[in-house]
Amino acid sequence: MEDLVSINNLNIEARTRAGTLKVVNDLSFTIKKSETLCVVGESGCGKSVTALSLMSLLPEGILKVSSGDILFDNTNLAQLSEAELEGIRGNEISMIFQEPMTSLNPLFTVGEQVSEVIRRHKNLNKEKAWVSAVELLDAVKIPNPDKRAFDYPFQLSGGQRQRVMIAIALACQPKILIADEPTTALDVTIQAEILALINRLKEETGTAVMFITHDMAVVAQMADRVVVMHPGKKVEEGTVHEIFNNPQHEYTKSLLAAVPKLGEMASKKYPEPMRLVGEKKPKALKPIIGTNEPLLKVNNLVTRYPVKGGVLRRTVARVHAVEDVSFTIMKGKTLSLVGESGCGKSTVGRSLIRLVEPTSGDVNLDGQNILSLNPKDMRKARSNIQMVFQDPFSSLNPQRPLFDQVAEPLRNYGTVKREVLQEKIGDLFDRVKLPRSFMQRYPHQLSGGQRQRIAIARALALNPKLIIADEAVSALDVSVQAQVLNLMMELQVDLGLSFLFISHDMAVVERVSHDVGVMYLGRLVEIGPRPSIFRNPQHPYTQDLLKAVPIADPDKRKSERDLNFKPLPSPIHDLTHNPAPSEYKEVAKNHFVLTTDCGY
Amino acid sequence: MLENEEIDEPTIKPVKEIFQTFFKSYSAVTGLFILIGIAVMGFIGPLFYPTDPFDMVWMPFSPPGADGFLLGTDYLGRDILSQIINGARVSIAIGFLAALVSCFIGVGIGSFAGFYGGWVEETLMRITEFFQVLPTLLFAMVIVALFGSSVLSITLAIGAVSWASVARITRSEFLRIKELDFVLASRSSGSNNMALIFRVILPNAAAPIIVQSALLVGAAITFEAGLAFLGLSDPNVISWGQVIGSNRVYILDATYTVTFPGIAIFITVLAISLVGDGLNDALNPKLRSR
Repeated sequence: MEDLVSINNLNIEARTRAGTLKVVNDLSFTIKKSETLCVVGESGCGKSVTALSLMSLLPEGILKVSSGDILFDNTNLAQLSEAELEGIRGNEISMIFQEPMTSLNPLFTVGEQVSEVIRRHKNLNKEKAWVSAVELLDAVKIPNPDKRAFDYPFQLSGGQRQRVMIAIALACQPKILIADEPTTALDVTIQAEILALINRLKEETGTAVMFITHDMAVVAQMADRVVVMHPGKKVEEGTVHEIFNNPQHEYTKSLLAAVPKLGEMASKKYPEPMRLVGEKKPKALKPIIGTNEPLLKVNNLVTRYPVKGGVLRRTVARVHAVEDVSFTIMKGKTLSLVGESGCGKSTVGRSLIRLVEPTSGDVNLDGQNILSLNPKDMRKARSNIQMVFQDPFSSLNPQRPLFDQVAEPLRNYGTVKREVLQEKIGDLFDRVKLPRSFMQRYPHQLSGGQRQRIAIARALALNPKLIIADEAVSALDVSVQAQVLNLMMELQVDLGLSFLFISHDMAVVERVSHDVGVMYLGRLVEIGPRPSIFRNPQHPYTQDLLKAVPIADPDKRKSERDLNFKPLPSPIHDLTHNPAPSEYKEVAKNHFVLTTDCGY
Repeated sequence: MLENEEIDEPTIKPVKEIFQTFFKSYSAVTGLFILIGIAVMGFIGPLFYPTDPFDMVWMPFSPPGADGFLLGTDYLGRDILSQIINGARVSIAIGFLAALVSCFIGVGIGSFAGFYGGWVEETLMRITEFFQVLPTLLFAMVIVALFGSSVLSITLAIGAVSWASVARITRSEFLRIKELDFVLASRSSGSNNMALIFRVILPNAAAPIIVQSALLVGAAITFEAGLAFLGLSDPNVISWGQVIGSNRVYILDATYTVTFPGIAIFITVLAISLVGDGLNDALNPKLRSR
């Protein structure tokens, strides 16, 4: 088939204070008409920059194409004037971005934004453009498109906004659609729907797609061909089946190995560390058996936030973030809470150490009722439960050296004498496998994975019994994610730690947990031993959630027909709303399913 | 493929990096040197030019350059050069001290309002707004009139009327930073509220507060000049505003008597603005990498 885009020996340089830096190094590939090419690689590998150079949108003065050329439809883009480029952008090449929350203009209705693109490139009058805008919104499955076209972006959910972005991108039937991580910021059910949508539109319109992602599972769902990039270079190229079934390059192999595949743990009783290619054989861990002795018992936990309004700032409504949640964490075991954003899983974690004050309920840690403690005793109790947060870039204080940050809890509690502090911190650095020479560094000098190791070291400093890991690996690249997860499991074996692992990633959860709880709209809809939940999900929401997870296998693709998820209702209710208690049925040993209504 | 080997750069302390950026900017360095020059002139200058600024040394209205007086004499025959040299001391001192006072009040009120929220914030911010809508010059005049026109009362008066902007900036930074995970992390590792406010959040909020305070120094100097122009200055010490104020009647006959102190104020405030700008660039991490 004919080449639509061909990139030849492309070099892109970045100018920084330290000098010029090669971001893309001698890159060549082609995209044929109406095929999907996935460009995959970890953050900083130059994949987004390549996409921007194809749009001739590299930020001036910072990034520059130093040599090589980009042919689009047999025209060299570098020789076109800015006016000619404007005719191509949005018309023949269009792009969708990662962040649907900020890529639409908040001041115009979505109908205006879609029809504006049509009018600019197609010379239609206002009425006709509006009509085709509504048709487009219908094609991307916005419900009631003739009415929703009058909505402003803030009135739409994240998934719907991404659909509008796709409508805008496809408005002029472009020859190629560039999608830069379009689903990374979305929940897994919405991601599945958007991916299926892009696939269907590609079939219908015959547009080529250049799909940029870091997620091998998404690649398996989308790609015809795959280009694997590793710092600025192409390391491998091939059809999706070649890449997945017979990877050649070491890096591709390690990338595939690090991706947890949903379902591969089905026959295993205990969590297992991730495989890492390239490193020496992972240390053979003892099976992470844990104990059956309860460490933390949570009964009927309820957390509601007030919504203030009016002149007097009175509480006018309440956000029901957590509704009647009960679970138990055993010593040395991991309980995972999964669910989509807004389901209350993070609030559960924060309620346990009263970073958020729960409305009612009972939290019992090793015989001590945490919710009835006074502030002084609570401070003491906190040393038993520590947290690791999601964003490694905001969870460390940028102004203090790492030594001080890891030492902070020890100094706060005064448990360690000054003379032995240095040694103790050194041990903690060893524990999380960071060189001791890092102690005097500052967070901005570390990579994401290294920062997360520091966060874990800080959590370990007080010898806690329980660590709450709130999406602790979600922001990391897969290979780094695998290393951090392995570290956590190793610590669990060595120190007998319990984890409350809060995550939206079903495949990771399957890998690390002993028990799993699924949350929806503040309720725990299903909880039980991990093998039982994954093999035999009972609640309709759990079933849908598992169906939505992309599988890193190109033969298991999903079409739009398989996916039909209900939108999330609002958790905000007026003050008189008094939800019914949760009732559960035991379907297998220790496997409970919610029988009362949860809104799904 | 452990990611530890990636970084081999030497450890640079953030503070050092800020200094490096600051000293790379020509305008900021120029401003800093002018400011240091003026301060040196004010504090050491009288040793080399010992004429008393209050002494009537020659006949009134001697034009600049004539009779050995570089900048001429004023309506009482006092040496204007000596007045400018000695006035620098008071202007700079009042400028910095008043900015320090407003920084102190503003950071205190702003940080508590931002950190605690709720009724604490409501109360403190209403007070701040009260000071913001008050006609500042009038209010400062009332304070000086009540407590007498000494350097101390003038400094406190200026400080008391100009802290509102610092309070608002501090509060907004606190509102932003207190939501970041490292604050939660610090709280969950046992830090109490005072440690969170002063050891964790405030150092991270420092950049815009420092910039605002630097600009306040300039504002305070002009404010002092304004008060002195209206006659509300310490009669025992000379200041630039006072020189302008006392000569204002003769502005048409002897323009130079008000021009030279005016230029002195202008240059000082400009230098402070340049320094403030340089600080802004150096402290703002987004601009720093450019």
